Amino acid sequence: MRTRQSVFQDIDWIMVGVYLFLVAFGWMSIYAATYDEAHRAVNDMTQNHGKQMLWIGLSLVIAAAILLFDHRFFETFAYGIYGVSIALLLGVLIVGSEIKGAQSWFVLGPVSFQPSEIAKYGTALALAKYLSQYGARFKERKVLLTSLAIIFFPAALIMLQPDVGSVLVFSTLLIVLYRQGLSGWWFVVALIAVFLFVMALFMKQWTLQLFGDNEIGGTWIFLGALTLIVGAFYYQFRKQKGSLPIFSGGLVAMIGYYLSVDYLFDHLLKPHHQNRINELLGIVSDPLGAGYNVHQSKIAIGSGGFSGKGFLQGTQTKFHFVPEQSTDFIFCTVGEEWGFLGTLVLISAFIFLLGRIIWSSENQRSEFTRNYGYAAAAILFIHFTINIGMAIGLAPVIGIPLPFFSYGGSSLWSFTILLFTFIKLDSERKFVLR
Amino acid sequence: MNNLEQRKFIVISSFVVIAIIFLMRLFYIQVIDDSYVSSADNQALRFVTKYPARGIVYDRNGEILVLNQAAYDLMVVPVLVGEVDTTSICSLLEIEKDAFIERMEQARNFSRYRASIFKKQMTSEEYSRVAERLYQFTGFYGQKRSLRIYPDSIAAHVLGYIGEVNQGHLDKDTFYRSGDFVGISGIERQYETALRGHRGREVLMVDVHNTVQGKYEDGALDVEAKAGENLILSLDLQIQKYGEQLMQNKKGSIVAIEPKTGEVLCLISSPTYDPNLLVGVKRASNYKLLSENDSLDPLFNRALMAKYPPGSIFKIIQSLIGLQDGIISENTGITCNKALVGCHNHPSAQNLRQAIQMSCNPYYHQVFKRLINRGEAKSYFEDSALGLDRWEKQVHRFGLGERLALDLPSLKSGSVPNVELYDRIYGERRWAFSTIYSLSIGQGELEVVPIQMANLAATIANRGYFIDPHLIKEPLSTQSAITWKKHNTGIDDVHFTPIVDAMQWVVDKPGGTARRARIDSIKVCGKTGTAENPHGKDHSVFIAFAPKDDPKIAIAVYVENSGFGGTWAAPISSLIIEKYLNGTIADTAKENRIFRADLISMEDED
Ligand SMILES: [Zn+2]
Repeated sequence: MRTRQSVFQDIDWIMVGVYLFLVAFGWMSIYAATYDEAHRAVNDMTQNHGKQMLWIGLSLVIAAAILLFDHRFFETFAYGIYGVSIALLLGVLIVGSEIKGAQSWFVLGPVSFQPSEIAKYGTALALAKYLSQYGARFKERKVLLTSLAIIFFPAALIMLQPDVGSVLVFSTLLIVLYRQGLSGWWFVVALIAVFLFVMALFMKQWTLQLFGDNEIGGTWIFLGALTLIVGAFYYQFRKQKGSLPIFSGGLVAMIGYYLSVDYLFDHLLKPHHQNRINELLGIVSDPLGAGYNVHQSKIAIGSGGFSGKGFLQGTQTKFHFVPEQSTDFIFCTVGEEWGFLGTLVLISAFIFLLGRIIWSSENQRSEFTRNYGYAAAAILFIHFTINIGMAIGLAPVIGIPLPFFSYGGSSLWSFTILLFTFIKLDSERKFVLR
Repeated sequence: MNNLEQRKFIVISSFVVIAIIFLMRLFYIQVIDDSYVSSADNQALRFVTKYPARGIVYDRNGEILVLNQAAYDLMVVPVLVGEVDTTSICSLLEIEKDAFIERMEQARNFSRYRASIFKKQMTSEEYSRVAERLYQFTGFYGQKRSLRIYPDSIAAHVLGYIGEVNQGHLDKDTFYRSGDFVGISGIERQYETALRGHRGREVLMVDVHNTVQGKYEDGALDVEAKAGENLILSLDLQIQKYGEQLMQNKKGSIVAIEPKTGEVLCLISSPTYDPNLLVGVKRASNYKLLSENDSLDPLFNRALMAKYPPGSIFKIIQSLIGLQDGIISENTGITCNKALVGCHNHPSAQNLRQAIQMSCNPYYHQVFKRLINRGEAKSYFEDSALGLDRWEKQVHRFGLGERLALDLPSLKSGSVPNVELYDRIYGERRWAFSTIYSLSIGQGELEVVPIQMANLAATIANRGYFIDPHLIKEPLSTQSAITWKKHNTGIDDVHFTPIVDAMQWVVDKPGGTARRARIDSIKVCGKTGTAENPHGKDHSVFIAFAPKDDPKIAIAVYVENSGFGGTWAAPISSLIIEKYLNGTIADTAKENRIFRADLISMEDED
């Protein structure tokens, strides 16, 4: 065991550097989005960019404070933080304020925050701690079920608000279970489920005209093709024991699921979510309604070209044709003003950061730190994917922020805490006994 | 364990795969697809609504009653309006500077980024003058609309009018958007869903200089507007117009129906107004003038809504019920006993034909008494109640006391009193024939609207049935065919022979009450009536149909405050009948007498 000279000695400064780069780039984009002749001052507190300046300052204070904490704090209080966040989620359902149709905010005077932000962090800590205690025995059914409960209990509470975006975020914590030994086939099953869902929505629009007036619905054509494909696979594996019940059961399950999609779609999703999904899949097109944001966003990004229009030169940005420009659609500003080069740099920076978190997670002696690293990366990854995906029309419009980038104190602080907790834990790796 | 460690590669690879998908997509929309990039420095989407042409309305002979004219809304997107030369734009649009500032403020309050209407419904001439210089003013553009135009300025009450949707329309039907037009009354409202068509849409890209750069995504999001369906009405434009001319300077109404089909040939309420007044920007102020400042209430559709007692005309229904129930025969004679109820001086009716021809009140007093009191119950009161109940049901079968199935909104039902009503007024079974006898001559609690009387004329013309009166002639393709029902009165057709004969005598025989309705070349059957008016001079009423043996037209004419039915209502009816059947008027003196008559200012002189 070594003694150390400074708290900051073993910190991953590269990771901190990427963080600072993203926060600074984000602030510039917010400035560009809100800037106009009347509000040039960078610290103008009536504007988003002025306020964000303040939020960033406070984030740096929080980041420094976390680095000064005792590293054992996080593991010790993991369940405590998780418990508090559950209590807040229950509380917000009772006394929370409704903003944009979801009862998910606490409003205390000028300050408002979403307990789901804390719950993501709390769940990451609690899951990491629970799995580090049982590490090798993940095969036990009880451990798997408890882990799922830790993830989906807060998710279910958030579903009641309702806030679909945050629920999606919790689902990605399954990546942590995957690292612990959860079979990769579950992800394949999930992909098949998404594929069948999309096909079911598509195929019902379509009919094939045969011999004059005889029509065959797209549903039946698709199910016929599915049966043939599964049959062909079965033929390949027919010699293996038990392949008949597996393939036939799988086929029946897929067909049943496929046929129930209509019902699930109509009854589980709210009309505005249905519209967004239909719009994304191109089943309906309504550029004035559900598709408005995405169309304007695509124009803004597309008009940036290869190298962009230059800082503060984005006219789409300046004229605010894209709604939610400094929060959910902040990516447009990057696309318009910095062009493909800018988006390339931004995406690379994110992937570099995520990859580095996973990579250094594997270098940990502490299982807690490793699991926490996977959880933090998963949370950042899903925000990154959904946010940019919706700006370029590849994901449905779900209002979730781009980490470190979007305007808003409460989201910036929670991502800062999420990342710096990992940076702190990582800096202690040499002092942790195996 | 070692194996699981390798999973980091899979996790990191999936991050990278997503990043590559994103970058490929971005490379496509930012670098390869140059449709978003143009030499201009701003590209905004402009959503131009393509308004469908509203359906055109024709009369039964294919003549146009309503068509469309182009108009333009000047739209503004506030955020695109830069430094603007206020003086020159104000002079171009012919508005005051304050008005300009106020409208800009309203537009900004609606949305800074989306278009709102700056100036409504400019005519083509106005707009073409403005359009020439519009390029100087960024943020402004014209949007084509269409307004109604009524070439003959007639049939305002039938056609109705359109106006901008209100919150109620928006809440009830998601089809509508703010600024849309919707039928508010008449045919425009009744057939709104067929007439309105389907809105289209065009998505354009414009630059900061307000110039259209082309279609967004090559028009993939555009939708063509689909014009509304044209309507063919049963109205006869010539007859409608002629009737409106005859009714000038008179209060009242004319309704004519083709008996065999139930098609309404004309529907006139007088005084009327020029429907062109309720079009476009002047609509609100003109509406106010018509509704508030005109004591004659030209917006009120008398033909459908004005309730009058049926008067003597009701004697026809009494006769028919009496014949059907065997209470009287065509040879029944009854003394004119003025002690029962007042009458004019005439020899007593020897038979039913004479009773109708001379319109004898005591005769019907006795007929009604026999209808009501048949000795079916011991109590005189109970007997009257039984009789009234049966009689009321028989009267309903003539289309009285209920709304006819006419395809126009705001139709009134009139009323036929029933046992319940009298029980409420006088106390349960504390009334008898002697209380209600004024019903016998069509007065008392009876109320009808003019179209019900025209429908009665059609029923007699058909000898016992009527078809729901209606205004649409050809079925619509967009709606399931409306079926017009045939209603039987329950009176056998033989009983109509004496009635129809008597109605011919009313017009033809010396001493008939409607000699002024005579037309040499046509056998007209009619019946005069006088609707008692407690507020002034009685209303003149006449119903008729012609020709007697193969009726082509049935009509009811009301002329308010003009006294006896034979004086004004009868000649007006005959002129309509003659014009419809012959196309010309033989007796121009008769026509001129009507044209000259001003019964409204005459009333004021009284
Ligand atoms: Zn008499």
